[in-house]
Amino acid sequence: MSSSKVNIIRFVLNDEPVEVLVPPTEILLNTLRERVNVKSIRYGCGEGSCGACTVLVDGKPRLSCLTLTISVDGRDVTTVEGLSKDGELHPIQKAFIEHNAAQCGYCTPGFILLLKALLDRNPNPSRDEVIDSLSSNLCRCTGYKNILEAAMSVVRRR
Amino acid sequence: MYVGKPVKRVEDLRLITGSAKYLDDMVLPRMLYAYFVRSVYAHAKITEIDVSKAMLPGIVAIFTGRDLKDHCGPLAVESVYKGSKVPVHYPLAVDEVKYVGEPVAVIVGEDRYVVRDAADEVSVSYQQLPSVTDPMEALSSNSPLVHSEFSDNVCFRRSIKRGEVEALFNNSSKRVGIKVKIQRLAPSAMEPRGVLAEYDRGSERLTVWASTQFPHKLRTWISTSLKCPESSVRVITPEVGGGFGSKLSHYPEDVVIPYLAMRIGRPVKWFEERGENLRSTTHGRDMIAEVEAAVDENLRVTALRGRIIADLGAYNHTHTQDNPILAANMLTGTYAIGAVDLEVIGVFTNKMATDAYRGAGRPEGSYIIERLMDRIARTLNVDPAELRMRNFIPPQSFPYRTPLGFVYDSGNYEGALRRALELVNYEDVKRLKSTVRDRYIGVGISTFVEVCNFGYQSSYVKVEPSGLISVYTSTSPHGQGEETAFSQIVADRLGVSMEKIRVIHGDTDTIPYGSGTAGSWTLTSGGMAIINAVERIREKMLRIAASRLEARVEDLEMNDGRIYVKGTHDKYVTFEEVASIAYDQRKLPGGLEMGLTATGFYRPELTFPFGAYIAVVSVDPETYQVTLERVVMVSDCGKVVNPMLVDGQIAGGAVQALGQALYEDFVYDKDGNPLSVSFADYLLPSATEVPEFILDRTETPANNPLGTKGVGELSTIGLAQAIVNAVEDALWKMGAEIVETPVTPQRLYGVLRRRGA
Repeated sequence: MSSSKVNIIRFVLNDEPVEVLVPPTEILLNTLRERVNVKSIRYGCGEGSCGACTVLVDGKPRLSCLTLTISVDGRDVTTVEGLSKDGELHPIQKAFIEHNAAQCGYCTPGFILLLKALLDRNPNPSRDEVIDSLSSNLCRCTGYKNILEAAMSVVRRR
Repeated sequence: MYVGKPVKRVEDLRLITGSAKYLDDMVLPRMLYAYFVRSVYAHAKITEIDVSKAMLPGIVAIFTGRDLKDHCGPLAVESVYKGSKVPVHYPLAVDEVKYVGEPVAVIVGEDRYVVRDAADEVSVSYQQLPSVTDPMEALSSNSPLVHSEFSDNVCFRRSIKRGEVEALFNNSSKRVGIKVKIQRLAPSAMEPRGVLAEYDRGSERLTVWASTQFPHKLRTWISTSLKCPESSVRVITPEVGGGFGSKLSHYPEDVVIPYLAMRIGRPVKWFEERGENLRSTTHGRDMIAEVEAAVDENLRVTALRGRIIADLGAYNHTHTQDNPILAANMLTGTYAIGAVDLEVIGVFTNKMATDAYRGAGRPEGSYIIERLMDRIARTLNVDPAELRMRNFIPPQSFPYRTPLGFVYDSGNYEGALRRALELVNYEDVKRLKSTVRDRYIGVGISTFVEVCNFGYQSSYVKVEPSGLISVYTSTSPHGQGEETAFSQIVADRLGVSMEKIRVIHGDTDTIPYGSGTAGSWTLTSGGMAIINAVERIREKMLRIAASRLEARVEDLEMNDGRIYVKGTHDKYVTFEEVASIAYDQRKLPGGLEMGLTATGFYRPELTFPFGAYIAVVSVDPETYQVTLERVVMVSDCGKVVNPMLVDGQIAGGAVQALGQALYEDFVYDKDGNPLSVSFADYLLPSATEVPEFILDRTETPANNPLGTKGVGELSTIGLAQAIVNAVEDALWKMGAEIVETPVTPQRLYGVLRRRGA
């Protein structure tokens, strides 16, 4: 329900400061998609079961469909739009191309962010740790095989 | 040369950087949002719809089924078998609802929140009617009727009889039967469905953006339902986030949203919620089969007889009737079985319609025969691989006409199975069954064949004066990677680098009519349509080059972006030079038409990919948890254009089959309430459930210039039964006969408890 009461929320999105006026009930998924025009995070289920809406908040994966925008005030939010620097793709993005880890692409940004969060926290995870960290998100196209291979190729390169 | 190489996908950059635009990413000026009020009853009369409280600030319009009946015509049904009953299916229910989730009213408003809030204020009064959700019950004479205009719930009843079945059964040395219930599945593309429409009164043009697999057919269906000329409708598909057969039907929203845009005069968007997607997007499978085999003294299966009952749900969607018929028509699988007597019954129930889901009838047919073959082997105490070897259509028998009417193009089923047995270490694995003590080990085989390339395709290819090449295709992808594969093919044919080629799809204004993407047909049918156009361009370019080089056309070759006189390195013209001459009236040789474009079509010939898959499972004796220990998949999709794309399709399809075997189940209660309405209830496999697959291929070319067969549905058709066979094998000594899937621990516990194990 849209509410007349709005809050000024300031956060850092992909290294850029952002200021939005949002009702207290608004979820981060809709704020980013509709107010800030960040389209890479996507609605898949609206209840935290699929992970297509994954963002990083202060480096940790968060489901933006279950996150109130007011809760990210003063925090650092990352989406895949912020991963490539000066036209240079992030190693995880490169690995996704190299290993055919995307098919329809709808869930892909979420998986890339999960891996970024994992590798930033633990540069040398085991295969089981990688699988475990990927298990929060759903992909219907790839069967996860190539996502896992892409992930392990980045781990090996470190 | 690009063909045959694991070329990286040209699609990926936009996907991994987040710039790809899907339906819900599109926002038009003055755009309105729509939300559908849906039935909460499986069967009921609508006595009143009161929208007075729902006209909240920001609501623009609300329409009910009665309001739209005369404006939005019934939905299209393309597959109608002779003698079948096809209920009229209005986009919004008129006076009576027949499944939970059926749309009864539509609300249009200024934002996505207000239309949802208003939906809660629409008061629909229902008078409940008796409903039926079980297809067997629906067949009984005292069942409630789903459609009161029909005398029973049978949509169609088809008898398929070929050969001397009765005599073969009378002369058989053994008869072995099986009953299987293949559960209802929700295709669950990660992107739900969505439609956005805009109408321009000045030019009388309706533009529809839709997350669909079939843009051209959708245009036809929309124009028919809205009674407007097809030329006034343009359908565009943005990036589509998965389909798996669930985006090729003609849905209520596909008609209503364009109508609203025309009526209101502002763009209208509808984007499906997941709960709606699970309830109201077509389901797959849901068939019960009882089939018996006659086996002779040499362990040859000589005949099959039985019955397939398909739960079609309440309405026929576009291809609903095809699935059980195709299941029956592929029932003899990879075997030289000459006689069949089958009854196929399509039954109405008060549920969402079933339609295509990755494989569409072929997974069911293959599942039934492969479960039966393993059952025969276990019952007669023969090795299931040995039984199959004795019954395969021999490699020298192709083209092979099956008793059900298909002509298999080419195949080597023994070859694929031998390779799979070798890769899985069959003898070692069989030994594990007796040596491993703490778990039950089972091995399951599936040797299967698919039929594909049903639909024709078109292409339009233009080479610009600059030498850049645009390839328009009537196929319409949602993850397959066809931009890459088609670029590979065109680059090789014209001897240029792939970077010069752009593949364009999903726009009915610019692309000739064609069949969209489904049925594993993109590469072969779409690719051949492109080749047919490219050949004409190639021919013209060679004629221009011949004139420039003062050589004969047959002495030229296209390579490295140049057209050479064969055997020379310095006698050439560049591709760009020839392209520019085609557009230069002073330089173009006499007798040639200006320009460098061509349209191509391909009239498809059926192809028959196949494979041999083996699953090894362990079952925990305490919890009945099934673990996939090893999966070997030897696939044969003919010639391979891009092995990386092929492996991607195989792995993805395999995990959908794994979901069917062990996890996914779309459940209705006896009152017709869907219980699997979120991903917390409908369990898709996650990364944790996925085993390590061993993928391999054999290559038996098809009879088309590409030599390709098709791969999109192959592993979904082939793998589920290997897994279920393996579970049954693991528990066979305890008397487990698996009828129902998914094989959950609860279900296995029930099976064994009934057996007193």
